Amino acid sequence: MAELKTKIKQNTQEQSVEKSPIIQEEKEVVFQSKNFNLWYGDNHALQDINLTFHENDINAIIGPSGCGKSTFVKSLNRMTELVPIVRTEGDIDFRGDDIFKSGMSVEELRTRVGMVFQKPNPFPKSIYDNVAYGPRVHGIKKKAVLDQIVEKSLRSASIWDEVKDRLTDNAYGLSGGQQQRICIARALAVEPEVILMDEPTSALDPISTTKIEDLMQELKKDYSIIIVTHNMQQAARVSDRTSFFYQGYVVESDDTNVIFENPSDKRTEDYVSGRFG
Amino acid sequence: MSNKNIRDQIINNTRNKSNIFERMIPVILLLITSVSILATIGILVTLLSESFEFFSRVPITEFLTSATWQPYVGDGEWGIWALIMGTLKIVAIAVIFAVPIGLGAAIYLSEYASDRVRRIIKPILEVLAGIPTVVYGFFAINFVNPILQGIYSGFGLYNAVSAGIVVGIMIIPMIASLSEDAMSSVPTAMREGSLGMGATRLETAIRVVIPAAFSGIVASFVLAISRAIGETMIVSIAAGSMPNASFDVTEPLQTMTGFIVQITSGDAAFGTDLYYSLFAVGMMLFIMTLLMNVIASWFTKRFKEEY
Repeated sequence: MAELKTKIKQNTQEQSVEKSPIIQEEKEVVFQSKNFNLWYGDNHALQDINLTFHENDINAIIGPSGCGKSTFVKSLNRMTELVPIVRTEGDIDFRGDDIFKSGMSVEELRTRVGMVFQKPNPFPKSIYDNVAYGPRVHGIKKKAVLDQIVEKSLRSASIWDEVKDRLTDNAYGLSGGQQQRICIARALAVEPEVILMDEPTSALDPISTTKIEDLMQELKKDYSIIIVTHNMQQAARVSDRTSFFYQGYVVESDDTNVIFENPSDKRTEDYVSGRFG
Repeated sequence: MSNKNIRDQIINNTRNKSNIFERMIPVILLLITSVSILATIGILVTLLSESFEFFSRVPITEFLTSATWQPYVGDGEWGIWALIMGTLKIVAIAVIFAVPIGLGAAIYLSEYASDRVRRIIKPILEVLAGIPTVVYGFFAINFVNPILQGIYSGFGLYNAVSAGIVVGIMIIPMIASLSEDAMSSVPTAMREGSLGMGATRLETAIRVVIPAAFSGIVASFVLAISRAIGETMIVSIAAGSMPNASFDVTEPLQTMTGFIVQITSGDAAFGTDLYYSLFAVGMMLFIMTLLMNVIASWFTKRFKEEY
């Protein structure tokens, strides 16, 4: 077991050297984790994570259940702090600033790094109030401005046409797929720089899933996306870069086509070809 | 061999089960349920019929419009407003005192406190709810009132403020505990949605959790206010027995419940006006709490956030 861990570690370090510098050089780095470790009580859930995410990329994080992929994504906007027993070590830089440093406002971080959750979680309010929530919290009060933001966000989340005539209806009257797009619109309304998605389609039917995947392609023009998924086909379809997590380590992180067609680690190959996980 | 036997046995047992017993169950449960319904109807009928007798002696217009309640003077003056004002003063002071504290405690317990702190504080709150009201009564006279008189010497021994505050203290646990239950049952996913947008904990509590728990919170207010309206012991001990319709909170007063206690424990001979007035006042109390419930159910329907 110890041997295996050392081996994983070595692999991880090898992989942290970026493989395709030509493409990556042009894009700015948004997130970079350096030897990031996380514990839930005594459980060492994330071990020495070194990953870099670039602007306007869709980054997929894949791996079997319990491998730490959701935990890692929730660390990026410090949502893991809501669990009292969590302890972390190491750095995560967002645009060059350590998100854990004392001067960093967690509210600002979460405003700039939006999040879409596994289960659609709209507020029990009208569609309009859901989308206007973020701007209102951050002090935008003028009705005309809010109207504009709501329409723009709903359009960006490709749901405007479906809901424009019933903006005052409760968001819970919508289907699961529509609710999830409302949640995406809600996240977009504060104009974040990065959108974290924690298995955003796992509770949705195939048609809604396709809609959200198409939407991600649109969104990547303006946003960087980091998506956790247990669905390997989804990672292969939508992402530019893929990181494979296994038992709290990053086994391999590379361009998506490399991960799926020519992975360098045996476990990555076994996982993406469906032999385990 | 046993497989076959067990299956037969189970099927036989199923067939032998008595259907009559099953069919009797709803009837028995209905009878049990009707005890409370019948009691309510019985009380209502008594209140109504005896109130009719009262209103055949005293004009209902005097009862509802006059603000002087003087049952002992001459033929008596029967203006219920003097008693209603007494009750309203007590309830208003109690609510002003208890709602912010109760809601604040609920927000703290459900949104900020750790599990450990919650596990310690909540039972303590519930103990507060179990203190006999007669104890609260002398607490008002012997503890709260001296403090009030120290602040402003115009307070008499019996006044609305000390009784009102103590009634407020009595209903705090009810508001805190029930509101906390309602807020805790709001799914964590909703809080995450709000915190994930960069909202603070307080913003999340005020803009997401409280609206989502609104019907439960209003229900706690209604129960608490109904209890304050019906509270008898504290006001009998600490608010005095001087019916008056003034807004002065430093003076003694009498609430509807206080009047009923005074008369029932004293000298109302059967068949007198005084005797029948008890039922009219009781009827009024009943209408007030009923009204509270109607307002509350309208309020929750209007503002409920369903999820």
